[in-house]
Amino acid sequence: MMETVIYLAWTMAKILAIVLSVVLVVAYLTYFERKVIGFMHARIGPNRVGFLGFKLRGIGQPFADVLKLLTKEIIFPQKANKFLFVIAPMITLATAFAAWAVIPFSDGLVLTDVNAGLIYVLAMTSLGVYGVIIAGWASNSKYALLGALRSAAQIISYEIAMGFALVGVIVAAGTLNLSGIVNGQQGGILNWYFIPLFPLFIVYYISGVAETNRLPFDVAEGESEIVAGFHVEYSGAAFALFFLGEYANMILISALATIMFLGGWLSPIGGDSWLAQPSILWFIAKTSVFLYVYFWLRATLPRYRYDQIMRLGWKVFIPITIVWILVAAVLKVYQIGPWF
Amino acid sequence: MSKIVKYLKSLTLKEIRQGMFLTQKYFFKRKFTVRYPEEKTPKSPRFRGLHALRRYPNGEERCIACKLCEAVCPAAAITIDSEEREDGTRRTTRYEIDLFKCIYCGFCEESCPVDSIVETDIHEYHMETKNKKVITKEQLLAIGDMYEEQIANAREQDKKYR
Amino acid sequence: MSPELLIQILFYLFGALAIGSGMAVVSVRNTVYSALFLVFCFFNVAILWMLLEAEFLAIILVLVYVGAVMVLFLFVIMMLDIKKVTKSQFKSGYTKAALLIAAAMLVELMMLFGYRMKSQLPADELIRQGESYSNVTEIGMTLFTDYVYAFEVAAVILLVAIVAAIMLTIRKRPENKQIDASKQIHVNPADRFRVVSMDAEKGNGEES
Repeated sequence: MMETVIYLAWTMAKILAIVLSVVLVVAYLTYFERKVIGFMHARIGPNRVGFLGFKLRGIGQPFADVLKLLTKEIIFPQKANKFLFVIAPMITLATAFAAWAVIPFSDGLVLTDVNAGLIYVLAMTSLGVYGVIIAGWASNSKYALLGALRSAAQIISYEIAMGFALVGVIVAAGTLNLSGIVNGQQGGILNWYFIPLFPLFIVYYISGVAETNRLPFDVAEGESEIVAGFHVEYSGAAFALFFLGEYANMILISALATIMFLGGWLSPIGGDSWLAQPSILWFIAKTSVFLYVYFWLRATLPRYRYDQIMRLGWKVFIPITIVWILVAAVLKVYQIGPWF
Repeated sequence: MSKIVKYLKSLTLKEIRQGMFLTQKYFFKRKFTVRYPEEKTPKSPRFRGLHALRRYPNGEERCIACKLCEAVCPAAAITIDSEEREDGTRRTTRYEIDLFKCIYCGFCEESCPVDSIVETDIHEYHMETKNKKVITKEQLLAIGDMYEEQIANAREQDKKYR
Repeated sequence: MSPELLIQILFYLFGALAIGSGMAVVSVRNTVYSALFLVFCFFNVAILWMLLEAEFLAIILVLVYVGAVMVLFLFVIMMLDIKKVTKSQFKSGYTKAALLIAAAMLVELMMLFGYRMKSQLPADELIRQGESYSNVTEIGMTLFTDYVYAFEVAAVILLVAIVAAIMLTIRKRPENKQIDASKQIHVNPADRFRVVSMDAEKGNGEES
């Protein structure tokens, strides 16, 4: 009895630690995003809000934003389905956080090391579409519904390309366990999977960008066409939940790319120094690079037209992934290189 | 054949890489942001901001209540009432500008035969309640008194183009 | 509280939720609600499978049915804008037939359970495997060795179904002004215009 309680309490503490750190990272990711995009526009980005009267290059901005959003009124549109309207942002957030349960941050530093970790993550990210589609329908607004339909169609389409890209990794690693995938890449930078699976790596990352509805694939929001898509009618804390879910998903996609293609917590350099040791620092560094590319893409590329997005997903990515799965299978059969 | 080559070329994402390279270059370039309250950009002497009523150097108000500004105002923001003063001159008893209606076109200043109503270069002002949006004759004259030097200076600079 | 008891409690909790949401699917007036209840039902069934240590099947159920199939269902329902079902529609001629079919299925299920109970499996004891046992590997091995032909045939049938569905529904409308994105993308600037270098025109500058 006592053991069960302690076990439950310990698990709860671990969950809380993960959730809190993800929320904090999300908060500073918004700051990071605004700074990066500002710099690329030759601006300096937010630089006003600091702590205790010191500006500190606007380091307090995320907290100001959060406070603002939390204290604002949540407006319910007339004839909106109140129950679903409230539950939709919660679904988005819950699925975005649920996927973090199986992400290994470092060797052994993982909440649950399940065997089918990879498809669990895939299932959780695919559930995120419910938040979007319910939000769109419950708001009783045409823009919201249009945004929800676009977003749902886009997420389903790119999930196929993404799943196929992951199949290549599964073929190479021979396991669905995320820690197992990282451990299969041991032995220096040349053993990481992004070398034999380079096309899949690119396809996975671009699909990830599309899956999280980020630019240049953000037609679901498309403020110039459908105002803000599925979350037009949301304000205050409810909008903050959508925001949090979107950014948590971005970090998740980046973390997964790190784990599957860039060797997770493994170090790229050899030798005996502390830098050569596999550690969570490498995991964080690699994930940050992917997050930076998210913003870099946003600052560079204009929004795709909707039919072009669909064409890219179905007619370009899926054929490429299928071809490369065949290549990976051939490499696997002949046991080529250090990878297979 | 060329189609296949083109397709393979498109897979290298050349254009996207070029674009990304460009934005990355700008990441390190000098930033153009003006840190506003601390740094300010220079203003033209023709800047049209908050209104003011001027006086002659002897302290007499210039406005003779000809109501040309009221007539020319495209937004109908100016309201003028006038009466004869004890010395027999015509003067305004009421001169009000609704700052929410005003579009800051500067026609009032151009139409004024005695250079009374002017637009100063003050653009940082606010009102805390909605009924403060209408500024009265006293306020306008006070603004004119306070910024007379700057107003005169700006008129002097712009003189040869008028 | 022993782990077995906890699992029992969880089983009955999620079993009851699955049955309840299954009932709600057919009894709720709002079609969107009933689709969402179906999603909830799938979810609970997935958790039951998880309790049986069939995590691969559970996650695949969520991934395929909840993550893809039901989204398309919801899509269709939202697009169709179905009004709420009225009471009179409930009492239409389908009711009797539906009851008959439901009864037949119930009897079939009972017979199956009775047969199973009597024969092999000890009903109250689950065969638990060790920690290292991965049912992903196990399913993969079985699927691609013993049942490889059945598996491939199923795949081909699905492919044929997809192609058939597309062939049945596709239609070219002459008034459709849709643009072929591939053609647009493969346009070369050199095919469309050329830069000519020429001397500046000398004129009085009045002609426009």
